[in-house]
Amino acid sequence: MFDLTGMTALVTGASGGIGSAVARCLAAQGARVALSGTRAEVLQTLADEIGGNAVVLPCDLSKAAQVDALVPQAVAALGQLDILVNNAGVTRDNLAMRMKDEEWDTVIRVNLEAAFRLCRAACKPMMKARFGRIISITSVVGVTGNPGQVNYAASKAGLIGMSKALAQEVASRGITVNCVAPGFIVSPMTEALPEAQRDALTARIPAGRLGEGTDVATAVAYLASRGAAYVTGQTLHVNGGMAMI
Amino acid sequence: MSDVADRVKKIVVEHLGVDADKVTEEASFIDDLGADSLDTVELVMAFEEEFGVEIPDDAAEKILTVKDAIGFIETNAAA
Repeated sequence: MFDLTGMTALVTGASGGIGSAVARCLAAQGARVALSGTRAEVLQTLADEIGGNAVVLPCDLSKAAQVDALVPQAVAALGQLDILVNNAGVTRDNLAMRMKDEEWDTVIRVNLEAAFRLCRAACKPMMKARFGRIISITSVVGVTGNPGQVNYAASKAGLIGMSKALAQEVASRGITVNCVAPGFIVSPMTEALPEAQRDALTARIPAGRLGEGTDVATAVAYLASRGAAYVTGQTLHVNGGMAMI
Repeated sequence: MSDVADRVKKIVVEHLGVDADKVTEEASFIDDLGADSLDTVELVMAFEEEFGVEIPDDAAEKILTVKDAIGFIETNAAA
């Protein structure tokens, strides 16, 4: 589909639904992939499934020192770093008036600050190589907003703004910086919803179904490909038409 | 010419893709050698790596010419 032979990738949050789909997809296109996340056993199972093209790099993205060490670890394990996928994200939903400082801080730190730290570190080898693909997984709610998610929506909108600024800084060095914004994707969270609520959700989606991890992964693989060299600073919405922006 | 000067000039030639004879000690990275702000960041990173020194932002801002770079490194590099 999109040939990534000879390329290397670091995927954060690779133990989750979208992250594992992204890692599988990039590996299937020929990339060697470093899988990062907090759940080492889940990552190892995924690495075994992918086979020789995957390495496991556990990392807690709420710890700055661990975040700063991650890109150098990936470069050491893979020899180079062509693709960075900032996928990891957490939610701490609450109405704004009830939101605790730590709920705000945790979401901003993991979703936005860690992504910035990884971008900053990844730019170094990418600038040297005169090639790089940085893709951050944002969300439709970063553009539309969502009640109960002021922190999450802010972090996801932040990724979009950050990507646009960074895209302008490094475009002349062959590095593209883009976002993929999923809508509602099948996950343990959406599985747990009562059927009536899931039906109501689906009714808002012109495509008539929730998205799959592979829908998001395919968009990432496109932006990671050599053919997407002239696409930068963009947000690719993958939401079955639920928001057309 | 010192060993440091030779190595600095080699890095400048490689990074900016300019002719070696243009890289005089008086040459300004931006005005004479066509560097942009990102080039100067890359040069500083390359100097740090080559000479094992750390060049803080306030010092980096004062490195405008080839001579400035050589001077900083000769003063601050361990070897």
